[in-house]
Amino acid sequence: MTESESLHTTPLDALHRELGGRMVPFAGYSMPVQYPAGIMAEHLHCRAQAGLFDVSHMGQAELVGEGAAAALEQLTPADVQALKPGRQRYGLLLNEAGGIVDDFMFANMGDRLFLVVNASRKHIDLPLIESVLPRGVTLRPLPDRALLALQGPAVATLIPTPMSFMGITEMQIAGIPVIASRSGYTGEDGLEISVAADHAEKLARALLAMPGVMPIGLGARDSLRLEAGLCLYGNDLDEGTSPVEANLVWSMGKRRRMEWNFRGADVVRDHLDNGVRRLRVGIRPEGRQPARGHTPIQRDGAVIGEVTSGGFGPSIGSPVAMGYVARDAAADGTALDLIVRDKPLAARVMPMPFHPHRYAR
Amino acid sequence: MPDMKYTKDHEWIRFEGDVAVIGITDHAQNALGDVVFVDLPEPGREVTAGESIAVVESVKAASDVYAPITGRVTEVNSGLVDEPALINSEPTAGGWFFKITPEGALPDDLMDADAYAAFVESLA
Repeated sequence: MTESESLHTTPLDALHRELGGRMVPFAGYSMPVQYPAGIMAEHLHCRAQAGLFDVSHMGQAELVGEGAAAALEQLTPADVQALKPGRQRYGLLLNEAGGIVDDFMFANMGDRLFLVVNASRKHIDLPLIESVLPRGVTLRPLPDRALLALQGPAVATLIPTPMSFMGITEMQIAGIPVIASRSGYTGEDGLEISVAADHAEKLARALLAMPGVMPIGLGARDSLRLEAGLCLYGNDLDEGTSPVEANLVWSMGKRRRMEWNFRGADVVRDHLDNGVRRLRVGIRPEGRQPARGHTPIQRDGAVIGEVTSGGFGPSIGSPVAMGYVARDAAADGTALDLIVRDKPLAARVMPMPFHPHRYAR
Repeated sequence: MPDMKYTKDHEWIRFEGDVAVIGITDHAQNALGDVVFVDLPEPGREVTAGESIAVVESVKAASDVYAPITGRVTEVNSGLVDEPALINSEPTAGGWFFKITPEGALPDDLMDADAYAAFVESLA
């Protein structure tokens, strides 16, 4: 069997090909890395107007039953129980060593929790969640749902909603029932839209027919999220990295940081109390040369870290990166050398996001 | 088109008197996507056919550019440093990379335009 034969496809596969998408393997799926407009134009268009992304490869599931929120809290330091109906949050699933198993979104739909996990991790996350559930709480994977993201400043006028950032609701778009949340992975205002797979293409065509909406591939999705300082699991987060090292302590609930009753809590607590040896930071190379993932980071000739994501930021007009550096090199403005093709490339630690978030808070 | 030759690494070579002007093909720039940076060789460098002597970075990835012939680099297109997008917009004109004065015999697998077009077709 060739690689392409073994790949999964999303419900929008035919549409991607019709739109001229350049299909590549990603997390076991055949996905469009770009359309004919190209990554640069797609990126800039999303920041200026609106872009439609197919993110149906991501895992969707619901958690139902009395005690579902408490059950999920065994695996995440996020505050799930205090999340109000109609609201969504970002969280981390942890292992016993306090390492990040995945980053995910969870939402309170009133009668159930709605979860979105990474495509590359769903085969790990769902059995993990299943393994901690008490009697009466059920995890229902939703493989028959597609997920679209409509992102950009024009979305608020194209699809008006009373929701603020991280709101979530069941509604209709173009007459099609969906679950829409005011969130995304670009730093822009916009919606993530869960829809029955059968209706996905009809919905995508309706969204593409709206003024100023352009299809956007994975290439621009990556450059948009990097400019927004958002992590990509597998690049910037992994099972050997704690929420403290990843600089994601903000995703931990205050109550959870008093109870310390989640998996890996002792390690996370130790990292918070005694500090960590490395931290995730933003990095701006000087000049125009990008530094990619796995680029070694030096300071005064000694290796002190590694770039985990890096590329060119079209909205910044210069290269941007994030990576892990030794704690004493993590302050904004610290001068670093990125070793690209055996030559040092001057860079500095910079605050993230590189491009300001424009969420509808 | 005056005496253009092509390589399987998707470079074009245009012979102008004693000098070979070299760049990447339209097919190559299209596959790379938007170019944001080029790292060019030092003029005067002696290079061997097949040796990686330049790097082109698109938004997505970095790719090597190889010396298609043996010889000495006499000039590089410094205009690409400030305007790398020329590689996308004018791959066989303003987007040229470097000039090499050939030394010795040319590689025997250089292709003419028709043979290169057939080669690209065979990759599809």
